[in-house]
Amino acid sequence: MKKKIILTAAMMLLAAGTAEARDQIKIVGSSTVYPFSSYTAEALGATTNFKTPVVESTGSGGGMKLFCAGNDLDTPDITNASRRMKAKEFSKCQKNGVKYITEMVVGYDGIAIAQSKEAAAIDLTRKELLLAVASKVPNKDESGLIDNPYHYWDEINAKMPHRKITIYGPPTSSGTRDAFEDMILKHNTKHWKVYNDAGFKKFHEIRQDGVYVPSGENDNLIVQKMTKDTTALGIFGYSYLAENADKIGAATIEGIAPAPVAVQNGSYKLSRSLYFYIKQSHIKKVPGMLEYANLFMSEQMIGDKGECAEIGLIPLPTAMRDEYRASLKSLKRLTADDFKKK
Amino acid sequence: MNKPINYIAGAANPRQKQRERADTRFRLYGMTALALAMMFLVFFFIDIIGKAIPAFYQTEVHVTINYVEAAKTNYNKAIDHKLSHIVSRGWLRGLPQYLQAHPEMIGSSSEEWVAADSRVDQYIKQHDGHGLKSRYQKIVDEMSADGRVRQVFNSGFFTTGDSKLPEQAGIMAAAVGSVFTLLLTMLVAVPIGVMTAIYLEEFADDNTVTRAIEVNINNLAAIPSILYGLLGLAIFINFMGVPRSSALAGGLTLALMTLPIIIIATRASLRAVPETIREAAYGLGASSLQTVWHHVLPLAMPGILTGSIIGLAQAMGETAPLIIVGMMAYIPEPSSSILDATTVLPAQVYTWSTESMGGYAERTSAGILVLLTVLLSLNAVAVKLRNRSQQTW
Repeated sequence: MKKKIILTAAMMLLAAGTAEARDQIKIVGSSTVYPFSSYTAEALGATTNFKTPVVESTGSGGGMKLFCAGNDLDTPDITNASRRMKAKEFSKCQKNGVKYITEMVVGYDGIAIAQSKEAAAIDLTRKELLLAVASKVPNKDESGLIDNPYHYWDEINAKMPHRKITIYGPPTSSGTRDAFEDMILKHNTKHWKVYNDAGFKKFHEIRQDGVYVPSGENDNLIVQKMTKDTTALGIFGYSYLAENADKIGAATIEGIAPAPVAVQNGSYKLSRSLYFYIKQSHIKKVPGMLEYANLFMSEQMIGDKGECAEIGLIPLPTAMRDEYRASLKSLKRLTADDFKKK
Repeated sequence: MNKPINYIAGAANPRQKQRERADTRFRLYGMTALALAMMFLVFFFIDIIGKAIPAFYQTEVHVTINYVEAAKTNYNKAIDHKLSHIVSRGWLRGLPQYLQAHPEMIGSSSEEWVAADSRVDQYIKQHDGHGLKSRYQKIVDEMSADGRVRQVFNSGFFTTGDSKLPEQAGIMAAAVGSVFTLLLTMLVAVPIGVMTAIYLEEFADDNTVTRAIEVNINNLAAIPSILYGLLGLAIFINFMGVPRSSALAGGLTLALMTLPIIIIATRASLRAVPETIREAAYGLGASSLQTVWHHVLPLAMPGILTGSIIGLAQAMGETAPLIIVGMMAYIPEPSSSILDATTVLPAQVYTWSTESMGGYAERTSAGILVLLTVLLSLNAVAVKLRNRSQQTW
């Protein structure tokens, strides 16, 4: 019994001692930004006297939830995201007292629609992709919406091959999924009369009849499935395509193959920006936060020949890099107005 | 009239042959099952060990290092620029700090063996998908012909933590994390579990309440472990404020998971102590506490130890609940306290298995090997302890 009492006492002591200062940066967020973020974290640890930051891959949404939970030192200092912070998340942050946030963009990531190397080349438009994955599609004369009847690509467009539609993609928690829904579904349905008439402003529901297969946050698994099922398509980040170029190839989107130049000049339509957000209230309490941010934004990391580019990041144009460096220097505050545009 | 059956053994028994055949068949089934199991095990070990062995060797290259002033800011200046993709960047980027600490080195140069880039390492090991560009392959081939490439024992694997550069990734941080986590699990789960079991078995009345508790404990032992992760997140992190990703959070969560196993094992071994021992103690005037403490518990010890160690071994290999409490993360530095963020061996193995570069594949297998070694030695300790204090009556 004595042991138990001592133990309980020790536990209570430990619990009481947790609210102290912290000397290690905590980073959470997108699994797409994770490789670059953890690479930078390691470089910071190796080249300075700061402790190597801890980077956890929680998905963009999960990261925001933890980041916006409050100003406690238990909460993360930085969150990575493969999409912009949503207005809803921003107001939650504000409500919980996380008032001063600085937004950074580190580069681009293209979403690749990939397939096995052995499959015949395929070209898709965003509209065709929408018709393949949406849960509701317009009927023949576009007078109303019906449940998605398509199971072969040539049913969508007679010019396409008679190939079964199977699409492996990310689950709802993922930033890649958000980006995909934005760029394929919402982009098309926003101004499509049938959808608007049916009461959908931005329709973004993905079908659940087994044609679209949500495949977890583990992008490696999707790559493996691609190599086994040669008719299937997979949706994932461009960096994975670059790393697995020996096993999988990309479908062209509206005639353009994903490549760094095509992403930067905007001709490849399925690309997105990668963000990280800094909690300013922690800067004075947790050493090394600004050094980490500066290192991440440096030419050495995200420049055209930077180390992150080597592992799959598509660099920002030079002018934008400078712009974000300037806002890092002045710790530009993210405000509600930033979400009103567009 | 039926002919009387001759039950005496021998050829006269009409069913004798049939029964013998059934006997042989059963033996055959058993042997097939055993052979199949052995085959899987052998296949698994050969596969893992075969893949893991390369991880214990690291390629080094012999290069000239120029400790020039410029290397203080740009470490690539310290070596011939065409070697910058041959030498490990992890080694190079330590140079500026080294020069800060040793300014007297500036201006000198030396020939040194340094770690090679992972791609070079994979190329030398002739693994597919090494990813080394052909112009660098040429350089490496030339260096190799000059005897400037060698493979040495990869001691770094055991002394460093995780890294985004495969040639630098090691198991140390995860091993330290596993030790901290497991120690905490043991300190919490074993005393509480054993006490609970003793109370339930030796002191508590046998009524509806205790029977309900018993059923619940048995059920808890079979609950999917991920649920304990959610419980740990709710109680320890959100309510008690234990830091996320810390060994404390992980250890307490795993303790919750191990408790039912320890309770069940302890109760079983207490029940195995003959009633006569207790009666003898009571007969000599011992109180309940004395009976348990002086006589029953020492006799039940081997069983309790075995149960606890097996429970802990299971906790050690667990990952699912630890994902929820944030221990599946990039944490390269060994933690120095139970409040620091840390990761554990199985989580490290998983993290490496999701990386696409070749160097991580061999490290995944090496990590599994380390994990298996630890688990086997834990089980060996359990067997040893049991044999040492075995009682017969």
